[in-house]
Amino acid sequence: MKYYRILGCLLGLALALGAQDQTNIVITGQVKYNLALPLFHPGAGVPANVQSTFNQVLWNDLYQSAVVHLVGRSLYTAPTPAAESDLNNPALRSAWTAAPSSIQRLVFGALQLNNGGLVVDGFAYDVTQPPGAGRLLARRYANPDTLDGARSIAHHLADDIIAALGFGPGIASSQIAFISNRSGHQEVWTMDYDGHHQQRRTRLGSIAYSPRISPDGQTVAFMSSVSGQPQIKLLSLLTNRLLSFPTFRGMAVTPAWSPDGSKLAFAANMGGANLEIFTINANGSGLRRLTVSHGYDNLSPTWNPKPPPGSPGQIAFVSSRIGLPQIYTMNADGSNQQRVPLGGYAVSPSWSPNGLSLAFAWVRTGGGENSGAFDIYLWYFGDQKYVQLTHNGDRNDFPSWAPDNRHIVFESGPPYHTQLFTVAADGSVPTQLTSAGNNEMPNWSWH
Amino acid sequence: MRKAPSSHLVTALTYGSALALCLTLAACGHKAVPPPPPPAPPPAAAPAPTVTLQADPTAVESGAASTLTWASTNATGVELNGTAVNLNGSQQVTPSQSTDYEVVAKNADGQTANASVRVTVTQPPPPPPPPAPVAKDLGTFEENVRDAFFDYDKSDIRPDAETLLQTDAQYLKANPDTNIQIIGHCDARGSAEYNLALGDRRAQAVKNYLVSQGIDASRITTTSVGKEQPFCTETTDDCYQLNRRGHFTKGN
Repeated sequence: MKYYRILGCLLGLALALGAQDQTNIVITGQVKYNLALPLFHPGAGVPANVQSTFNQVLWNDLYQSAVVHLVGRSLYTAPTPAAESDLNNPALRSAWTAAPSSIQRLVFGALQLNNGGLVVDGFAYDVTQPPGAGRLLARRYANPDTLDGARSIAHHLADDIIAALGFGPGIASSQIAFISNRSGHQEVWTMDYDGHHQQRRTRLGSIAYSPRISPDGQTVAFMSSVSGQPQIKLLSLLTNRLLSFPTFRGMAVTPAWSPDGSKLAFAANMGGANLEIFTINANGSGLRRLTVSHGYDNLSPTWNPKPPPGSPGQIAFVSSRIGLPQIYTMNADGSNQQRVPLGGYAVSPSWSPNGLSLAFAWVRTGGGENSGAFDIYLWYFGDQKYVQLTHNGDRNDFPSWAPDNRHIVFESGPPYHTQLFTVAADGSVPTQLTSAGNNEMPNWSWH
Repeated sequence: MRKAPSSHLVTALTYGSALALCLTLAACGHKAVPPPPPPAPPPAAAPAPTVTLQADPTAVESGAASTLTWASTNATGVELNGTAVNLNGSQQVTPSQSTDYEVVAKNADGQTANASVRVTVTQPPPPPPPPAPVAKDLGTFEENVRDAFFDYDKSDIRPDAETLLQTDAQYLKANPDTNIQIIGHCDARGSAEYNLALGDRRAQAVKNYLVSQGIDASRITTTSVGKEQPFCTETTDDCYQLNRRGHFTKGN
């Protein structure tokens, strides 16, 4: 066995890869803090459903983070601190740190009503420290006394806890854009990272593909065939209205935002025979062609969010220049085009926020019409290695990295019956997010 | 995206040294981990690989062969279009359409060099156009204008499609006021974004064939729906074939 420090300090994960077969992920004793999360103290008058929503959402957020070992509440024998000052008692700390639960980090707090609003005090402690030390987080949150208000506070507190533990940024407040046909046509939808608040954002009644959230989270670029030909559209998430953007001769598809949000890369044929990669300013000016092809397509660009210093930016994309589609990288001026050495049928690249890897979909063997599994893989530029993430024998496509560099959202299922799933990059916490209609092409927000 | 921070008030109580503490504690927490094995001393760098690739001839008629010859230095592995091959060698290829070939040479350190060459395929001259039809209206559009079907991941016009398209062209010549739209379709096995592009290439291939049969290009528009709006949704070879087509509708 050979060990590759793949996600290194970000994950504290060690993935063990067989030197011969690179396809298995084994988690070899990642150190995760034993974290206890007792129910928050219920304040007088806080509705029971607000309390339970808050406690459930906070638990789920810390569980989904995949960076702590959340110890089950049935194992808690120590009293929950009623106030921070209770932690001045050494006996209380040692009651938490004692076997068998061996708690290392304790999150607790209280809900109360204040002027008709919900106020939450949240604390995180390293209880292995002596009294007077170990405070990681002490923060007060306020929101309307509603289920949504409780949910939003829980997400923000969860992200603050993840950051205080040294694993930030968290994803509890992030969003996912996707395509769903549950209204009868493909439309752009958005949802919270955990599948809540699924909202339809367009009413175009046509084919819609490839939603991409802008880095500031305010706009979605996507492809719509509402005008007859596939074209790029920009949608304001603030107003749910289309913004102005140029149309091009022929078809224009697969938009991708540059990391600073000033540009889009996309693929268009400009009325010609095949798709080329272009960049354009988000205001529609400065069109620039990056690829020159003959009889094959270039499409599905994704920008490196963290390009090397001094580089003009980097873009990965799909090209069929050697036959079946393959993934290439190039500079954002079109120079230095290089194939990622994969073979097979490789599509749908998504560049990780730290710039170190691509998630992509791959029919690894053959790639012909009778070949088998369509799975999500990760390509690590440093080691020039791939790691297989899905093994379900189904059809998996359109991976998109989460802002924490630790999670992927993707579509899975037979054609016309796909649903969206998230999974941590170590293969843990697989979670189904959608069930109504056909849901596809998810895109995780940048923050 | 995060919801706007103004949607709720966030008040810090006292958490001045939280970050410093957290970093210290995180380090403490990791003390329990057995230290990683010491890194092996870096091996001496292997010399960078080089590779050349030539095709002879670089242009062939459809069905004729060209010989690819490659030579590498300092390489431990060489791939031709993604398939491992000998470090130096040659191979005959008979591409059905113009094709780019790429060799990638890799050394023990994973450094790569690549070279590529294009073999251009020239089509034999088209058969003489069929005699002009005598009947002006041969029946309805749907009865006479038949769709063209394609192979997996291909946009070349197959011989069976040529036969159908020649009949389609006769009808369109006899009905010069009828404009058409060609919609490219794909089966559902490929990736959706890629298939949208593939469908467009199929629609354009059908259009180009009709133009070669004497139909005015201005009468024909094309678009693609990829795997959407399928004619069937079973996961059988028959259904996949039905969905790989250039479909005709009356245009404006």
